[in-house]
Amino acid sequence: MSSLILGAATRLLVALMLLFSIYMLLRGHNEPGGGFIGGLIASIGFVLYAIAQGTETARRALRLEPATIAMAGLGIALFSGLVAALAGAEPFTGQWWFIGGDAESKGLPLSTVLLFDIGVYLVVVGSVLTLVFTLEESV
Amino acid sequence: MTASVVPADGDGSGVGRDRRRPGDGLAWLVALLPAALTLYFATLLPAVAAGESLRFAAAWVPSLGIGLTFLVDGLSLTFALLISGIGAFVTLYASLYLAGNPQLGRFMLTLQLFMVAMLGLVLADNVITLFVFWELTTLASFFLVGFDHDSPKARRAALQALLLTGAGGLALLAGLILLGSIAGSFELTEILTRGELIREHALYLPIFILLLLGAFTKSAQVPFHFWLPNAMAAPTPVSAYLHSATMVKAGIYLLARLHPAFSGTDAWIWSLTLFGAATALFAAVVALRQTDLKMALAYTTVMALGTLTMFLGAEATVAVAAAITFLIVHSFYKASLFLVVGILDRQLGTRDVDHLGGLARAMPITTAAAAAAAFSMAGFPPFLGFIGKELKYEGALAIASEPLLVAGAAVLANALMVAVAGIVAFRPFFGRARATPKTPSEAPLRLWIGPAVLASLGLLFGLAPSLIADSLVQPAVAAILGRPESIKLALWHGINLPLLLSLLTFALGLAIYAGHGALRRALATAETRLPTNADRAWDGLMDGIKRLAAWQTRLLQGGLLRRYLFTVFASFALLVGATLLITAALPAALTWPDLLFKHWVVVALIAAGAVTTARARSRLVAVCALGVVGVGIAMLFVMFGAPDVAITQLLVETLVVVLVAVAMLRLPGLEQGRRAAAGRHLDALLAGSVGLVVALLVLAVVETPMDNRVTAYFEQTSVPEAFGRNIVNVILVDFRALDTFGEVAVVAVAALGAYALLRGTLRRRSP
Repeated sequence: MSSLILGAATRLLVALMLLFSIYMLLRGHNEPGGGFIGGLIASIGFVLYAIAQGTETARRALRLEPATIAMAGLGIALFSGLVAALAGAEPFTGQWWFIGGDAESKGLPLSTVLLFDIGVYLVVVGSVLTLVFTLEESV
Repeated sequence: MTASVVPADGDGSGVGRDRRRPGDGLAWLVALLPAALTLYFATLLPAVAAGESLRFAAAWVPSLGIGLTFLVDGLSLTFALLISGIGAFVTLYASLYLAGNPQLGRFMLTLQLFMVAMLGLVLADNVITLFVFWELTTLASFFLVGFDHDSPKARRAALQALLLTGAGGLALLAGLILLGSIAGSFELTEILTRGELIREHALYLPIFILLLLGAFTKSAQVPFHFWLPNAMAAPTPVSAYLHSATMVKAGIYLLARLHPAFSGTDAWIWSLTLFGAATALFAAVVALRQTDLKMALAYTTVMALGTLTMFLGAEATVAVAAAITFLIVHSFYKASLFLVVGILDRQLGTRDVDHLGGLARAMPITTAAAAAAAFSMAGFPPFLGFIGKELKYEGALAIASEPLLVAGAAVLANALMVAVAGIVAFRPFFGRARATPKTPSEAPLRLWIGPAVLASLGLLFGLAPSLIADSLVQPAVAAILGRPESIKLALWHGINLPLLLSLLTFALGLAIYAGHGALRRALATAETRLPTNADRAWDGLMDGIKRLAAWQTRLLQGGLLRRYLFTVFASFALLVGATLLITAALPAALTWPDLLFKHWVVVALIAAGAVTTARARSRLVAVCALGVVGVGIAMLFVMFGAPDVAITQLLVETLVVVLVAVAMLRLPGLEQGRRAAAGRHLDALLAGSVGLVVALLVLAVVETPMDNRVTAYFEQTSVPEAFGRNIVNVILVDFRALDTFGEVAVVAVAALGAYALLRGTLRRRSP
């Protein structure tokens, strides 16, 4: 399938979708969004790319095997849960650090919760792309 | 060490002969573990002999009342000493018997695992702990019986033992849980003090039957006896250890342990006495029929187990004392005789009684050990076996309910035992020498030391019975009966009825021995005329299970996706619909919903999408129409304030359309797969029912008053505790992070599964 319009549009669209997916991931804690939604957006971006340019190109753009990404995400999610156990709390209790806080603001919030959400994001991207790429290639 | 002599085949010990590996020569060191345990248990003897019982406890699952609690009293210490003591000799024996076998290390490990499991079983005070060790013995014996896993016979025997004792174990678990719940505790020390409550409880009989199933399968009582002779496929040290001295006695131990709480009822007395007597007589007769020494011994083990069960059915002190004494006697002589048979097998290359004779000159030590063990088995004075037999007769006569039956069974079984003792331990060693595959020569020390010591113990304790009377038998009997007892063992009781019965036994036994050739032939012909036996019935049962599995797989999993979906949706509609009807949870009143015009537009859109999907003539139209339905639902989510769900729904909808569109390329056209009108009507009916049930369900749920406590909790704690305003996401990644982790794990595994499946078909298609 080679459509000039689709091909040209995807170059822009896919970059925007990936950016947007990260935006959705990061804002998820306070506004609609989160790792699951972000992961879906990112994977739809790659699916679009695969439709426009073929799975070979999409795989190269991804650089990593999708299954590896899914497993890495699972590992990150697990690790974020175990951090709490190292800190002496129940596993999967959120741990928060506020960097550079002063009187007005608490500072930059970093947490294992964010790490967990990143893990979810990667699992979704990896799993969906594993499925779609394999299906596409087996046709 | 005569390494050149290799054990005969038949139990896998000949596998990989002479391929010794470094470290095999040190295998005997493993025997230090059971030896050390034996010494440790021996140090506990004085306290237990004084009537104390020691308890060791560690918390395990305190919330469920399960603890690693151990109890050392007369009964458990008797068992523990037998298990660890005989274990030491068997381990030593096996280290040479299996030398050169590449699996020696595995064997030693499994054997020790088995020993530890058995010790845990007899020492456990908590019934759940007891059950865990019970199952561990089953598992360890599976590996030991199936040690020679190249042989189909060994595999079948191992599986049979596992399934049968495993099924009994499940019954046991159910019985123990019921017992614990009515007694109010899982600790045996507590349960045993509540005998009256247990015996009068309405659940007494079901519990008793469940426990009996566990005990009878493990201890090979008729009709579950057949696995034990089959388990002789194991290497001989295993037969000696598991199937004579220890594992099969687990059931006996259980019955003895529960005696204070369960005994005395008609159910207890009759079931134990009858099953025990039937097992003892049946096994004694079948034992005569065998020519393989190992099989003959196996059946005498079944016979001994039947005798023990029979005597545990009684209340009389002397009957229980007879059971415990016979238990000790039996362990000594049976272990040594099995080990002797192993020696013959290894040194001569055969263990068929018809091919053995006149070995006494070549193998003096083995002969002496075999003779001592056989005298104890036949119950000749001054061996411990004689005391055991006298006690049995005395106990049988003391049983109030059915002395004639028990005494008669005991005399017959003992007479047959005299004959079998002669066949096993007299014929091979005396009389005319016969040609054997290998030239007879005495066994090395590590092989004969076990049988020699164990058989000598039978003589020593017979000459000085007070050695075990006060320290083991008396406390054990006290533990079984739940009251202090005073037991005296002696060789000479004066001329009385038991002595006369003994004389009768010897006469009968010798007569049977003299005529056993003719008897054996008669039994062999009789056996061929039997319509079936338990072993064949077992095979029939296994085949039946396989056929049932094949039948229901064909029925439910025919490979047609349409049929799977039909089954799933039909079960859903039926079960949920029936639940709604039965629990009267149907929505009470259908009120016209208060909706805005825009809502109606979306609803109409969804309905139109659904109708288009159902009527579509091409897959692409169907998929797109289905997408309309999904998007419509997402819009409803937006309108009613669930943006997260709406976004997710939209994205998933998009992906589903892409996935289905890709998959569609591989499918045949819609028209090709179209079914006859009747099938389509059935599908329509199913779809309509599922829709109706779901609609009713949703309406019923909406009518139920919402419990807002959880919502309120999350609203209050989301920002202060989890620093997030998006409650849905905070729940996902923080409050319920463990659940989410489980879900993403499922997603990842599902993707991997699909990957493997698709790749598999791809590879098969491409040349």
